[in-house]
Amino acid sequence: MASIFQAVGAATALSSSNSFDSKKFYLSSRKSVSERKGSIFVVRSDGRMNSGRVGKLVTNAVATKADSAAASTASKPGHELLLFEALREGLEEEMDRDPRVCVMGEDVGHYGGSYKVTKGLAPKYGDLRVLDTPIAENSFTGMAIGAAMTGLRPIVEGMNMGFLLLAFNQISNNCGMLHYTSGGQFTIPVVIRGPGGVGRQLGAEHSQRLESYFQSIPGIQMVACSTPYNAKGLMKAAIRSENPVILFEHVLLYNLKERIPDEEYICNLEEAEMVRPGEHITILTYSRMRYHVMQAAKTLVNKGYDPEVIDIRSLKPFDLHTIGNSVKKTHRVLIVEECMRTGGIGASLTAAITENFHDYLDAPIVCLSSQDVPTPYAGTLEEFTIVQPAQIVTAVEQLCQQ
Amino acid sequence: MSLIHRSSSLLKPLAAGPASLLRRSFSSVTDDDATKITVETSVPFTGHRIDPPPRTIDTTPKELMTFFVDMARMRRMEIAADSLYKSKLIRGFCHLYDGQEAVAVGMEAAITRKDCIITAYRDHCIFLGRGGTLLEAFAELMGRKAGCSKGKGGSMHFYKKDGGFYGGHGIVGAQVPLGCGLAFAQKYSKEDHVTFTLYGDGAANQGQLFEALNMAALWDLPAILVCENNHYGMGTAEWRAAKSPAYYKRGDYVPGLKVDGMDVFAVKQACKFAKEHVLKNGPIILEMDTYRYHGHSMSDPGSTYRTRDEISGVRQERDPIERIRKLILSHDIASEKELKDIEKEARKEVDEAIAQAKESPMPEPSELFTNVYVKDHGVEVFGVDRKEVRTVLA
Repeated sequence: MASIFQAVGAATALSSSNSFDSKKFYLSSRKSVSERKGSIFVVRSDGRMNSGRVGKLVTNAVATKADSAAASTASKPGHELLLFEALREGLEEEMDRDPRVCVMGEDVGHYGGSYKVTKGLAPKYGDLRVLDTPIAENSFTGMAIGAAMTGLRPIVEGMNMGFLLLAFNQISNNCGMLHYTSGGQFTIPVVIRGPGGVGRQLGAEHSQRLESYFQSIPGIQMVACSTPYNAKGLMKAAIRSENPVILFEHVLLYNLKERIPDEEYICNLEEAEMVRPGEHITILTYSRMRYHVMQAAKTLVNKGYDPEVIDIRSLKPFDLHTIGNSVKKTHRVLIVEECMRTGGIGASLTAAITENFHDYLDAPIVCLSSQDVPTPYAGTLEEFTIVQPAQIVTAVEQLCQQ
Repeated sequence: MSLIHRSSSLLKPLAAGPASLLRRSFSSVTDDDATKITVETSVPFTGHRIDPPPRTIDTTPKELMTFFVDMARMRRMEIAADSLYKSKLIRGFCHLYDGQEAVAVGMEAAITRKDCIITAYRDHCIFLGRGGTLLEAFAELMGRKAGCSKGKGGSMHFYKKDGGFYGGHGIVGAQVPLGCGLAFAQKYSKEDHVTFTLYGDGAANQGQLFEALNMAALWDLPAILVCENNHYGMGTAEWRAAKSPAYYKRGDYVPGLKVDGMDVFAVKQACKFAKEHVLKNGPIILEMDTYRYHGHSMSDPGSTYRTRDEISGVRQERDPIERIRKLILSHDIASEKELKDIEKEARKEVDEAIAQAKESPMPEPSELFTNVYVKDHGVEVFGVDRKEVRTVLA
């Protein structure tokens, strides 16, 4: 077993490369808790202290790809598919690989999934492995967690993430906390996934962003996919993870097309993705807003700006390593998210960056989020609710003025 | 208890001694297991959409003594927990099970450790029945390292994975879908084991119970839903909370059985019957008619919503340990004094466990951050100020 140590904070020099290469990390010397100023205290999870440099690092089965998104699209040979097909491919590969992986949700079996993510799986694997549940989110999420306690690896599909509010108790208390309250006896390797976000006039109750509600739950990991490449990679990584993972998909991204590699790959769950390196400003985003940001980036480049765009992907925990490196380079941060202003991912990210990288900021962090309103049905109003590329351009211009 | 068959040879009277009487008594009797005693349950079973099992059961002196010892130990543990709570060594919530021991012991006697049990927060005795030790229980109650959940769970979060005990849950009713999940996994892996999902009469009104029951019945999961009906959902009597307090009937299309939960043989018979049934036919509901002497928890005196006469009446007429004591005495399996010695022994065991648990240290500060995530990823877990880093190893 190896330890991966990540230094956060001003005390340690960090590699400027954006790839997650743990060999380039530095370890600080061991300091006691009492000397808190700028020192980093490392405790191994078995309670022993880690002194000095760690031993041989075992690169495990999770093959990480650095700077993947931009490179993978056109240059490699591979196959082209849509995002929901990529999710299905990842799911199918994992179900082939491990007989304990099963899917449960509403209409995932015979119907093939309301967004076709599980199409064709029920005839292949049978009704018990791709289980059509009644409309009882609280209970079938609880059932999945109970099954996970015995060693199965269920994937729960919420037809829309908003429906999982009904299962909040199970997700928070049982999914997130059981590993802790049982003193480590039980692991809950579930994946909870489903589409969320603001769609095309779906109405208030079907346009929710649940990542802001789930982010405080201890014990879970949250990731958001945005391209077919990372959708498949994150799906596979989430299934293989021993921790409960919530995978946020977006209703409007299912038909994105991309060319992905033929060979097997996995995306690191805790890693952010560098979409476009730059020098002037760091723009942090995830899920659908990535595309609004890239659209704004085109305009910005024409205007002479050089934005660095990072798709944070990992919503819990944040990849402060990649983000930190970027902040240290550009000194300005803009967060563009689809969550609501109050209590969203952007709010937490702002706090995290301010606390850790305050000295490197030349300007206050600007966070562009959706309005704190229920998403209206009318198309024009719905457009005003979420962040649009023009607003991103304006915000970058204002930020770079300072 | 009307049909009695006497065994041909009686136990020899035992010399008094400090060593465990139980061990001595078993070793001195040669034909223990061959001796058959037939008992009858206190009341016949009532069935809903099912033919109830017979009320006559065969047992042996050894089984009777085991029941007595186990229940005496459980009773002693709960009473000791009461005093520990009052001396502020146990904090927070503490829900005691005394009075209901027959359910834990009878269920255990009918099943194996590969069958699963999951229950709510009144879990101390079930934990013991599943193979948990007194030390683990008391250490957990006092929040010490030697506890079954390393001191991080508390009274409501006892677990024992290798004993097939899945907890230990604080939110009323949330364990029922989990229990159906356990049954689902058993069916998925094609094991011939069953899951007992325990809940109370208060939880019987939770929607998720019916959702879970529907799914269990739909897919023929080997789930046995056991309603431990002690007639009070905290301070609310069952008739004030449920339009239909016949909990064994509420499964509608799912068969049910009403059992006298204060009679350990009735519980054993019902559980055995249920296990055979669900492996072939899908879920069943067992309603255990039982009673708790303590209040809902240690902060509830237990006498504001019921009379002291009621409590002492049940204690006199239906107490599970007394019932076994009478059976043992009437069959001359052991003498009055021997039984008293066994209870003293239980008391000693419990006191020793408490003393040992008190010596166990509190968890290390670093334990605050362990077990949040599982080891195999380089996930960072931060302290509250986001400046101290804890790493989880890969």
